[in-house]
Amino acid sequence: MAKHQHAHPVVDLRTSPYIRRAPSVPQIMRNVVYALLPVCAFSVYLFGISALALMIVTTLACLLSEQFFCRMAGKKSTLPDFSAVITGLLLALTLPPGFPLWMGALAGIIGISMGKLLFGGIGYNVFNPALVGRAFVQAAFPVAISTWTPTLAANRFSEFIPSTLALPFMTPAPTAEWSQTVAIDGFTGATPLALMKFEGVMVRTSDLFFGTTAGSAGETSALLILLCGAYLVARNMMDWRLPAAVIAGTAICAECFYLLDPDTYPTPLFMIFSGGLMLGAVFMASDMVASPVTPWGIVLYGLLIGLLTVLIRLFGGLTEGVMYAILFANAASPLLESFTQPKVFGDQ
Amino acid sequence: MNLLRLLNRKTFPHGIHPPQYKEETHDKPTRRLAFPEQVILPLQQNIGAPSIAIVRKGQMVERGELIAIAAPDKLSVPLHASVEGTVRDITLMPTATGPKTRSSIIQTLPSSPQIPVTGEQQDYRQMSREEIIAAIRDMGMVGLGGAEFPTYAKLATSMQHDIHTVIANGCECEPFITTDFRVMLENVQNLLLGMRIVMKAVAAEKGIIAIEDNKLEVMTALQAHLPEDGSIKVEVVETKYPQGAEQMLIYSLLGVALPKGKLPASLGLEVINVATAAEIGALLPNGQGFIERTVTITGDDLENPGNYRVPIGTSLQHILDETGFVGEEAELILGGPMMGQPVAFLDTPVHKGTGAVLVLDERATPNRNVQPCIKCAMCVEACPIHLNPSALGLLAYKHRYQEMQEQFHLNNCFECGSCSFVCPSNIPLVQLFRVAKAMNRERKLQ
Ligand code: SF4
Ligand code: SF4
Repeated sequence: MAKHQHAHPVVDLRTSPYIRRAPSVPQIMRNVVYALLPVCAFSVYLFGISALALMIVTTLACLLSEQFFCRMAGKKSTLPDFSAVITGLLLALTLPPGFPLWMGALAGIIGISMGKLLFGGIGYNVFNPALVGRAFVQAAFPVAISTWTPTLAANRFSEFIPSTLALPFMTPAPTAEWSQTVAIDGFTGATPLALMKFEGVMVRTSDLFFGTTAGSAGETSALLILLCGAYLVARNMMDWRLPAAVIAGTAICAECFYLLDPDTYPTPLFMIFSGGLMLGAVFMASDMVASPVTPWGIVLYGLLIGLLTVLIRLFGGLTEGVMYAILFANAASPLLESFTQPKVFGDQ
Repeated sequence: MNLLRLLNRKTFPHGIHPPQYKEETHDKPTRRLAFPEQVILPLQQNIGAPSIAIVRKGQMVERGELIAIAAPDKLSVPLHASVEGTVRDITLMPTATGPKTRSSIIQTLPSSPQIPVTGEQQDYRQMSREEIIAAIRDMGMVGLGGAEFPTYAKLATSMQHDIHTVIANGCECEPFITTDFRVMLENVQNLLLGMRIVMKAVAAEKGIIAIEDNKLEVMTALQAHLPEDGSIKVEVVETKYPQGAEQMLIYSLLGVALPKGKLPASLGLEVINVATAAEIGALLPNGQGFIERTVTITGDDLENPGNYRVPIGTSLQHILDETGFVGEEAELILGGPMMGQPVAFLDTPVHKGTGAVLVLDERATPNRNVQPCIKCAMCVEACPIHLNPSALGLLAYKHRYQEMQEQFHLNNCFECGSCSFVCPSNIPLVQLFRVAKAMNRERKLQ
C-alpha cells in the first residue's frame, strides 16, 4: 500500500461540479453531420454526381472561408467544431441539384462570412448561416435557383447536369431540353409547390413522403429527414419541441385555409411534406444558436415559422417560404425569448 | 400540476440524471476507521457563532467530554472531544469551508479503549418540548446533510409554527455517496427514535422518511419496525438530482413549491436529514455529545473505499492512509461531485457536516475547452429552479451582475450545478454565478 507520508497540496483545485455530461459542442455538431449524411446520400442517389459535386463544393467553401476568417482575425481555428460542415451540407441540400458550382461556392462563402463570422462566430450568429447564403443567391441568381431537374435521370451517375459546370459569371447552359431527354415521364420542371401554386395540380402526398419529386437536393424525402431527426433526438442532441412546433404551426395554419376552401387550398399534409419544410423544421429551424432557449419561446418560434411558411407559400410571390420564414423567426428570436422567461420555481 | 405527478411518480420537474457511481460502497457495511494520532476540532463547525473553548493546553480529556461551550445568547452549539487524549494546542488551522479557524488539537492517548463518556439518562417521553430542544443543543447537533445549521435553532423556530409533518430526508441524490443509505439501513431503531423525538419537539403528528427509488432496501429494512398507527411512513421518490434539495423533495412529496426565502415550517413541515435524526436517536437517551459520524470514503485510486465511522476532526491524510490511496495525484472533495467543497490541504479535518470524502481522478471530467453558448437550452431544461442559466451566463460574461439579480433571479440559484453539468459548451455557469453573487453582495455593502 503506497502511503503518502508527507502532506502536499493537491494541485488541481477546481470548483463544483466536478463531473459533466458527455456531449460537447463538437460531439453534437459531428452527430448532426452524421444525421445529415443519409439525407445527402439519398439526394445523390436521386440526382447523381451533380448533387454530390455541389455538396463537396459548398462544404469546402464553408470550411475554407471559416479557416480564412479565423486566420485573419488571429483566432484559433474553429474548424474542429464541425459547425461549418453542417452549414455547407445544409446549404447544398437547399439548392437545386443542377445549381452551378461556382454559385454554390459563393453562397457558402457569403453564408459563413456574413451569416456567422460577422456576428462573432459560432454562438453569436443571429441567423442560420446556411440560409443567409441561400438568401443571397436567391436574390442574385433568381433563374438558376428556380431551375429544377428531374430525379432518377438514367445518366445521372455518368454525366453532370449541364448547368452544374457553368463558368463563373456566364449564363448557365439551359437545362430544359436536357431535362426532357432524361426524364422518365413528362417532366415539367416544376416542383410540387409550383405545380400547386401556378397550375393547381396536387402531387400525391405519398410521393412527397418517400421523396421522388423534383425539388432541391435535400427537400425530397420527408420520411428520411424525420428518421435522421429522430436519431438526434434519441441521442439528446436535438430539442424535439422545435421541429414539432414548426410542423404543428404549419398544420394548424394550413388546416384553417383548407377548411375555408378545400378546392383552392392544399391539405395540411401536402403542406407539411412538400418543399423544404421538413428539412427546415428538422435541421434549420433547430439551429440552436438562432432559436430561443425558453420553453414557450421555442414553441412560439416554431409556430411562427409554420405560420409564415404557409402564408408565403399561399400568398407570396415565391413558391417556397420556409427559408424566409426561418430567417424572420431568427430575427424575432431574442424578442420571443425576452417575453417568455420561465416562471421561477416557487414564485406565485 | 406537473404531468409526472399525475402519472403518480413522485418527483419534481427538470433536474438531471448523473451517473450514480454508488456501486463501490453501496453494499459495504459501515466499519470503524482506525483512530488517528490526533484530531483537529475547529471551534466553529456550524452556521452562527463559534463555540468557546473551556480546556487548557496540556489538559487530559475523555472521549465525548465537553471541550467548548456554545457562545451564550448566540446561534451556537457546544463541541465535544472526539478522542481520549491530551489537548496539544488551540490554534488556527485550515478548514474546508474557508479561512483558517481556531481549532482544538487533541493528541490521541494510544492505550485508550476510546469508550465515550455518557451523561444523564434521558427519556424523551418524559421531557417537555423545550427540554428536548435544549438536549439537542447540548449534544452539539447540526444539520448533517452538509448545511451545518444548528438543529436546536431550527426546531425552536418550528415551535412558532403549526408543524404537521416531519420529513426525514434520505434522498442522497449526489453521485458516489452512500452515507445516508447505510445509516438508514443499519440504524433503523435510532432513526425511528430520532424521528419520534423530533416529532415531539415540534409537535408534529406525522413523519415521512423519504428515499429515492434506488434505495428500496431501506424500505424493506424499515417496514417491520414502522409504528402500527401509521404515524411514520416511508415514501419513495424518483432517483434524480437534486431530489435531496429541500424544496425539490417537498414538491415531489406534496406537490407544493416552497417560495424562495420561506421556511418549510411555513408549510407546516420540518425537514431534517436522516443521519441527523439517527444521531439524535442514538445520543439523546444517554445524554452524549456528537463526536463521530458515518462518512462515505470513495472515488478513484482507493484500495478500500467504503462507509466508515470517523471521529470528527480526523485529517484527510489519515483517511487516505487508512483507505489505501494508491494514486499519484487527485482532486480531494468533501461532499459529492455536484456540490462538494474542494480541499487543498491534507491536514484539513472531517467536520460535522462532512458526509463524504471523495477522491476524484479518472471519473472527474477534465477541464474542457470553454466555447460560446450555443443556446441549446439544455441548461434551461435542467435547472430545478426554472431559471435561465444561458441568459445568466451571457450577462455574467458582460459583468452585468445587477441585471442578473433584478431580471433573472440570480439569488434563487442554489448552486446545484445541474446547468454546468449539462452544458455542452463547458461554460462554468455555477462558478460565474458565484462570482456574480459575491459582486452583488459587495456592491450592497458599499
Ligand atoms: S446551479 Fe443555479 S442556475 Fe444552475 S441549475 Fe442549479 S439552481 Fe439552476
Ligand atoms: S447549456 Fe450551455 S450552451 Fe446550452 S444554452 Fe445553456 S449555457 Fe448555452
